[in-house]
Amino acid sequence: MRIYALSVYIFLYLPIGIIALFSFSAGRSASQMQGFSTQWYGKALSNPFVIDALKTSATVALVSAILASVFGTMAALALSGMKGRIRVLFDALIYIAVMIPGIVIGIATLIALVTVFDAVNPWLEAATGWRLSMGHGSLIAAHVLFTMSLVIIIVRARIEGMDRALIEASSDLGAGPLATFRQVTLPMLAPAIMAGFLLSFTFSFDDFIIAFFVAGSETTLPIYIFSSIRRGVTPEINAIGTMVMGASLMLLVIAQLTLRRGKAPGH
Amino acid sequence: MAYAEQGEVIAEFVDTTKRFGKVLAADRLNLRIGKGEFLSFLGPSGCGKTTALRMLAGFEAPTEGRILIDGQDIGAEPAHRRPVNMVFQHYALFPHMTVAENVGYGLRQRRPKLAKDDIAARVARALDTVRLGDFGPRRIWEMSGGQQQRVALARAIVNEPKILLLDEPMAALDAKLRAEMQMELLSLQRKLGITFILVTHDQQEALSMSDRICIMGKSRIAQIGTPRELYDRPANRYVADFVGRANILPGTVTRNIGEHALVRLASNHDVVVEAPRPVNPGDKVDIAIRPEGLRLGASAEPGLPDITATVARMTFLGEHVEYLLRHPDLGELQVMVPRQAERALPGVDVGTQLHILWDQGNGLILGQD
Repeated sequence: MRIYALSVYIFLYLPIGIIALFSFSAGRSASQMQGFSTQWYGKALSNPFVIDALKTSATVALVSAILASVFGTMAALALSGMKGRIRVLFDALIYIAVMIPGIVIGIATLIALVTVFDAVNPWLEAATGWRLSMGHGSLIAAHVLFTMSLVIIIVRARIEGMDRALIEASSDLGAGPLATFRQVTLPMLAPAIMAGFLLSFTFSFDDFIIAFFVAGSETTLPIYIFSSIRRGVTPEINAIGTMVMGASLMLLVIAQLTLRRGKAPGH
Repeated sequence: MAYAEQGEVIAEFVDTTKRFGKVLAADRLNLRIGKGEFLSFLGPSGCGKTTALRMLAGFEAPTEGRILIDGQDIGAEPAHRRPVNMVFQHYALFPHMTVAENVGYGLRQRRPKLAKDDIAARVARALDTVRLGDFGPRRIWEMSGGQQQRVALARAIVNEPKILLLDEPMAALDAKLRAEMQMELLSLQRKLGITFILVTHDQQEALSMSDRICIMGKSRIAQIGTPRELYDRPANRYVADFVGRANILPGTVTRNIGEHALVRLASNHDVVVEAPRPVNPGDKVDIAIRPEGLRLGASAEPGLPDITATVARMTFLGEHVEYLLRHPDLGELQVMVPRQAERALPGVDVGTQLHILWDQGNGLILGQD
């Protein structure tokens, strides 16, 4: 049994490990290790296309994560105040949103946005001389749609675990609804919101499928990697991949730690 | 002391009714609570006692009727504008704040704002009052259950509320700590002079602490009175059964004797009992007699009805022995016998026939439920 488990892990992680290993290769081949060097990291970080794509990815990820955290928290709070069937329905819809394959979300968002743009642009152009098109905006919109469900699920779980009496205690002690939200609800939910933010960031930063459909002329880092593979793989790709993976892993670990710290002693 | 009749009234329920959908949680409550009084709502779970407390706190709005605090109808006031504070059942301390921050929470909500050192001074005083003087910087999870309860208490009293509400605050404590806390609460209440309203299902707790007890059953007030009144003069079967223990026997009134009445039991014995309400010969009534209101004898006594019953069980309780006797017509009867008196009954065991001695005037006629 143990040997099978081991094989599964090897199958999963060996390719990733090899990519990380080969990124330190001194040769030109991406699939052979020829001596040790960090030159490909230097190459990657001095490549203006890589830096551009990185900037786009980081901006989109940051804005998406912020919007998803804010809207997701608001939705989670509203949902926890709902009762009966409507709530069950919305809960189900949120889980479905997480399970829908990225390619479906990508195509659906693309069609929806194009339809809207086509309908709105003639008016908008006549009025302001400016038109909507694919780019940062559509990327962010699509990512927020998806990652918001992640935030809702995480924050909802935290709200359910929260003692209702805390809210009552706060109002009993003279705090109005807003003051209660600021001093009790928000601090109690902060770890969950933070975890949701980090997960959203990671998801948006790594996403290729949805971005591929709605990015328009923008190039995110995953899209850049994909297109450069078609031109031939160098260890530079391995280096970029290793850096992205390292950053994502770090964020995920931080997200886990924040969630756990928030729950830790006493509760 | 009949606070509500003599002293100032701090809070009043007027035909207060609460429905949750179709469920009636509080049914036309009418109650006046006196300033400085220690009042308990006592009843089994689901009797409406917590609903009454939560309506006073402002967490539930009455469906019908009114609630007055200090003469003002506060039915529409939200919880954060009411001059009352609550100690919650599971304390509801804010886990992301220190002990001192928890205690100061209410003071920090005041508008106009209080000065920081004023808040700090009041918090320190409140913590001293509950004997947690050095615990201010501690985290909530570092405190034991008993300490957490003191923090909850300090957090409430630091605001100097007109009424302090306590929702089963001792339910989570072990027996020894609970007894300690009860005494401490009582002395605190005497010291502060604040009206305390306690919700509990523990009759011993209610009896030992309260000035008055409001017994609730089936969403209604069953009886209001001092612990002694409730114990000595339960108004109905429900109260007689709930407060302490009682033998409840059906009978028929045969004669009125002033404030007493002669009642014929199912066994055809005649007993003289108190009649707190007017009764007429021929009335079918229930009478209640406490286990300590009956005596046991090896032989009958002249002038008393001769009720002979068989010992079914004896339970040793230390200073008392509780006897359970069986009578063919009266059913089971509990009799509490002090150890002193038991010496007059040598050789008694399960199956022995004994005489139940019912002294004149013990027991009383219950009202209708």
